[in-house]
Amino acid sequence: MIRVQEGDFDVGAELERLSAEAHGSGAISCFVGLVRDFSGGESVSAMTLEHYPGMTERQLGKIEAEARERWPLDAVLIVHRYGRLEPGDRIVLVATASAHRKAAIDACSFLIDWLKTKAPFWKLEETPEGDRWVDADPQDTAAEERWTAPEVERGHG
Amino acid sequence: MQMLYFGWVRQRIGVPAETVAPPDEVRDVDGLIDWLSGRSDAYAEALRNRDTLRVAVNQELCEFDAPVGAGDEVALFPPMTGG
Repeated sequence: MIRVQEGDFDVGAELERLSAEAHGSGAISCFVGLVRDFSGGESVSAMTLEHYPGMTERQLGKIEAEARERWPLDAVLIVHRYGRLEPGDRIVLVATASAHRKAAIDACSFLIDWLKTKAPFWKLEETPEGDRWVDADPQDTAAEERWTAPEVERGHG
Repeated sequence: MQMLYFGWVRQRIGVPAETVAPPDEVRDVDGLIDWLSGRSDAYAEALRNRDTLRVAVNQELCEFDAPVGAGDEVALFPPMTGG
């Protein structure tokens, strides 16, 4: 399931719901991304996430479908926020449920790596030096590319 | 043709969206960017470096040689930074 929203989410409530949906799963893996209070050596007082309504949901849907192709998942949840957020605020939740832990953990890791470079979001940071757009991080591209390698493991845990 | 701009592309061009009617010679994204760049210094500056631009036609990511025509929704933006 994909949700793109301005408001916050309750991690516990989301995982409860996922657990109920994935009745019988042996494992749920979860990642929560937060706003940092620093970036590139500068303090960050807030961050505004802009996105492409419509395309965002499509891209996230494709990313979810790709994960379901690769791993035996019982349920997938991606919640991504937009708008102005402050340090410590939650940005994104990725959770996966599977019969076994390895599939759940690997799929969760895959999803967050793919989100970084394939979800149409752009971040504007507020710093003491003024506002600045966050550049794409080459490390994120490298992280995403490791999942495109043919030897990606698809085993069960 | 419906244009959409995001991130610093939007900021440099100055509008988030606009309807444009490029001439018939404009058949692909490359041609569209060249045509837009001729409209003003702001467009030229925003679209100067294609290495830092990404494009979606009708909400699908594509390359600069992708065909475009009347009725398409074309979005130009910086590399994405989700998560």
